[in-house]
Amino acid sequence: MTRTRMTTVLLPILVVLGSMAVLLLLAGTNPWDPVRTIVEGSIGWPPFEGGSGRKVGDTFMLWVPIALASAGLIVTFNAGMWNIGIEGQIIMGAIAAAFVAREVSVSRPLLILLAILAGAAGGMLWGLLVGVLRTAGGVNEIFGGLGLDFVALSITTYLIIGPWARSGVASTSGTNPFPDDALLPSLGGSKLSPLAIAIAVVALLGVWMLFRGTLYGLKLKAVGRNRPSSFLMGIPTNRYLLGSFMICGALAGLAGTSQAIGFHHKLIPAISGNFGFLAILVVLLARFQPVWVAPISFFFAMIAVGSPGLSLRLDLHGSLGGVLQGVLVLSAMLGLGWAAYLARRRATAAAESSNE
Amino acid sequence: MPSPLLILFRALAAALFHECLTSHAMSLELREIHKHFGPVRANDGITLTVEAGTLHGLLGENGAGKSTLMKVLSGFHSADSGEIVLDGKRIELASPDDAIAAGIGMLHQDPLVFLPFTVIDNFVLGSPGSWLLDRRQATDELAGLCERYGFNFDPDIPARLLTVGERQQLEIIRLLWLGARVLILDEPTTGISADQRAKLFATLKALAAEGMSVIFVSHKLEEVADLCQRVTVMTRGKVVGDAELPTPPERLVEMMFGQVLDTHERDDVPLGDSNLKFDSVRTASGLLSEEPISLDVKSGEVVGIAGMEGSGQDTFLRLCCGMRTPTKGTVSIAGNDLTDQHYREFLDAEVKFLPAGRLEEGLIEGLTVTEHFVLTDRDTNFVIDWDAARKRSEHLVDQYSIKGTEASTAESLSGGNQQRLLLAMLPAKLKVLLMEHPTRGLDIESADWVWEQLLARREDGTSIVFASADLDELLRYSDRILVFFSGRIIGELEAAATNVDEIGLLIGGRKAGAEGIPT
Amino acid sequence: MSGFLNAFGQMFDTATIASIVAGASALMFATMGETISEKAGVINLSVDGSMMLAALAGFVVAFETDIVWLGFPAAAAVGVAVALLIAFANIKLSLNQVAVGFVLFALTTELSRFMGNSYVGRPPVAVPAWDIPGLSSIPFFGPVLFQHNLIVYLSYMTVIATYLFMYRTRKGLELQGIGERPEAAHARGILVNKLRYFYTALGGALIGIGGAAFSLDVKLGWSDRPTRNLGWIVLAIVIFGGWHPLRAAIGVLLFGALQAYAINLIPEFPSLSQVLPSIPFPAMILALVVVNWKALLKWLDRYPFLRAILRSDPPTAIGTPFEVD
Repeated sequence: MTRTRMTTVLLPILVVLGSMAVLLLLAGTNPWDPVRTIVEGSIGWPPFEGGSGRKVGDTFMLWVPIALASAGLIVTFNAGMWNIGIEGQIIMGAIAAAFVAREVSVSRPLLILLAILAGAAGGMLWGLLVGVLRTAGGVNEIFGGLGLDFVALSITTYLIIGPWARSGVASTSGTNPFPDDALLPSLGGSKLSPLAIAIAVVALLGVWMLFRGTLYGLKLKAVGRNRPSSFLMGIPTNRYLLGSFMICGALAGLAGTSQAIGFHHKLIPAISGNFGFLAILVVLLARFQPVWVAPISFFFAMIAVGSPGLSLRLDLHGSLGGVLQGVLVLSAMLGLGWAAYLARRRATAAAESSNE
Repeated sequence: MPSPLLILFRALAAALFHECLTSHAMSLELREIHKHFGPVRANDGITLTVEAGTLHGLLGENGAGKSTLMKVLSGFHSADSGEIVLDGKRIELASPDDAIAAGIGMLHQDPLVFLPFTVIDNFVLGSPGSWLLDRRQATDELAGLCERYGFNFDPDIPARLLTVGERQQLEIIRLLWLGARVLILDEPTTGISADQRAKLFATLKALAAEGMSVIFVSHKLEEVADLCQRVTVMTRGKVVGDAELPTPPERLVEMMFGQVLDTHERDDVPLGDSNLKFDSVRTASGLLSEEPISLDVKSGEVVGIAGMEGSGQDTFLRLCCGMRTPTKGTVSIAGNDLTDQHYREFLDAEVKFLPAGRLEEGLIEGLTVTEHFVLTDRDTNFVIDWDAARKRSEHLVDQYSIKGTEASTAESLSGGNQQRLLLAMLPAKLKVLLMEHPTRGLDIESADWVWEQLLARREDGTSIVFASADLDELLRYSDRILVFFSGRIIGELEAAATNVDEIGLLIGGRKAGAEGIPT
Repeated sequence: MSGFLNAFGQMFDTATIASIVAGASALMFATMGETISEKAGVINLSVDGSMMLAALAGFVVAFETDIVWLGFPAAAAVGVAVALLIAFANIKLSLNQVAVGFVLFALTTELSRFMGNSYVGRPPVAVPAWDIPGLSSIPFFGPVLFQHNLIVYLSYMTVIATYLFMYRTRKGLELQGIGERPEAAHARGILVNKLRYFYTALGGALIGIGGAAFSLDVKLGWSDRPTRNLGWIVLAIVIFGGWHPLRAAIGVLLFGALQAYAINLIPEFPSLSQVLPSIPFPAMILALVVVNWKALLKWLDRYPFLRAILRSDPPTAIGTPFEVD
């Protein structure tokens, strides 16, 4: 990112953060307090030193699904697709992993491997469905995806109160916890699972590599930017669109798997944690760059883990974190848009004066 | 018995009305109109006078600046400088609204109707009047106008179901209804049938007889010669001449295309076997559906395609590369029947198509020159070796003298350099190369260079089929020239044995020595 | 099987139909608003969030002033503000409507949660019931249509007014024109972008009023994320309704009927009590998938009547900014 682009992104963000601080001051809260509360509640204060390892573990384990879903979305965005169906893909991944965790009994390593593979496959199929509706049916991916989100949500609720209901009570609080053998191995005392972190890191690196150094990624980018030109170059455009949905679906499925057997340890209705939608914000803020996805996802995960503390300690609702995320993305977007608008105007003005 | 006052009033009204009718005839003057888009001077000091009650032709090639001038006149664009004088009064046209209010109506090449809306809704949309729509009254008025001009519409069907000719008729009477006294028609005969054209011309003549000024914009000199009383010829944003009609068509051809030396000064390459063969090919509907096309292009041959834009050349080229499939007949490449095969099969058979829209159907905005080479290089591995790719790219940038670097994005290159990049992306071995307007928008140096490259490919047995609006280019580089006219091949000429006049007349739809417009 | 039929039979109960009509008011307003906005060419993807923030604004103002009617202009103002932001980003900055709409959805949702936190569980303020004298005593139609409140009656009137405006007035025809073919509208002297701002704002106002109708009439009071995806259904219904106000209104009622049916099914399938209420959402979207499915529509072409019913062609220029050279 060049320096001018950095300023066009950062300046509006700083202005907005500044005005939020002023608003908090007016409301009688020291703006530093919520910041400190969020940091303390997620990675401890001072960072990574104070606080409990459990919270730090939680933060990393929420970073995993956000980063995985964001990595997937980079692929679909590059192919020019709005994969709003990512929520459903996360949920189906979680369901598939939960199925393996509940119903299969093999040795522990094999069980975990199977759950991970099943999760990826579940998300991939759900993503492929959106892609097929789009390429074969001409159904806009936003609405096809949204519909499949709702379907996935209904399926989880049905499973939780129906066939997988907790023994004795049918309640939406979730299924029975999975057997210990099916859970991702974690560091003592926390949920932090090196395996999950490794998968997310590999996924981010993989997506970075895909668009940095492979022909497949380059062709996806070409299809996303100009379908007629790509077609004339001999690229099978529909196959690439389907491919992007499958890759994104698989990564979203892994996110769901991590949520199921790495964080909640059971299937709950809100298993996706809305991280699919959150990941859309991450990717828009990161301008589709995998390098920026990792830190932004971590920041968003900190907000997710730390903001419940706001209401306990400062009597501010935990959604302040969500507001902050939304404001960040919106101001960055409008800032870039405004800069581009000024640049266009300057270009026209320059062209006109050169003709005088 | 009407009262004397009423009689007097009626007489006065009748006199006023008559006065209105006759004084509505307007003369129009354009003085020193300048309009540029970025560095392109679309109109470079145009001065033009249209007398009241005349049919005035505006003739010129594609890109001569006719459409821009008419958009200035209809308030679509505002001119950078210059004056528009209507009936001796200078007028300002800041928006189409102003033009309509001043009595200037424009019929766009693609009639600007709303396709899903009904005919009557199209008729009233944008007209002044009360808040509530009175469709019944509008229908009556439409019917009245239809009767007067001999048109016939069902007011309740969607405009989508009308032919292009009917959409034009609808627009014309709508403009008349709004009080237009100057009517501009931009290339109105593209895509309409011969009957509809005859009807259109009759209507325009009747309108001119009523005192209407009609500006007829066209690149079809035959039509201008048939219809108009005066003609102005434009080239490259300037007026290069005008004339009272009738005048010999050769003179108009000369004004349009300039003095073209009939040269045929390139080395000939011996022609080889058949590379591209059409056997009685037809399409289902629209262009190229009337007469089957049979054709044989030999290796090393250059075939030029002449004709007005939209006469069937684009359909023809897309048939050649499998982007369209014929309903009848066979298409063979180097002796192999590829009829009904997919575009990618043609690509594998070494057929390549470069359409006119370089950034729309060719290059990809946002990708660098190197990335373009990587995408089209058949030897690229799954994991891209960027160092090697960059080196190769730098080499190609150098070899094809692309002004830019390997890291330039496609859209940052000028038109000429985009064309160089497209040529550099071509595979080394090609049987058939299909191009639309290979040198459009290029400076002379780039254009010469492009042809040097193309002609060199003949040595390897490549056949080149290209469409162009530039007669000089067609004559200079082709072995054979096919002239398209309204969806069929009207003439097939040996380039060495023909001249600008013959092609120019054929493009206008007239075979040498024949009379009238063929249907 | 008999369970399904039993529940279906209960649908024709006067009280059930009346409750469907009453419960539809919020969706009616929002659907008309989105239809107007999209007809003009601007997609307001933030509906779900907009409605929620507007619902909060409406409730807060009504609660604090104790004048329920003041909630509606407040809510409309919120809807207008969000809509204008989308219009500005798209028309002036050429940003993607979907991206801006989505981000605004997320932001307004979180804002409504943050600012509404202290209002959770406060006593509701409700639009008072008011039977229309005379009309309300007509058998069947009286209880179904005329024994509700002013907001419900206004929701019908909005539908009729939207329809009449779009199809019977000059301005309405212009509205359709700017979303269908802006360059043709421009050629006829219509100020395309100015009108796009205006109609997006008008649509936003109706979406906002829909939000207030929700918190002051349909589901009284304020809770965390109260609309539960209702706004997304608005977007689906607009497409399902083929951008026609009357068809969209039918879609709204159909959705209400589906919800009522799902509730009626609960006694028959008690074990599914938690799932059934959410079924109408995927059902509605899947219906949308059907009307959009090109392959299916091709097959339907053989049955022109069915095709005409299911036709759902968007305004051609929807989602694309219009620039005069």
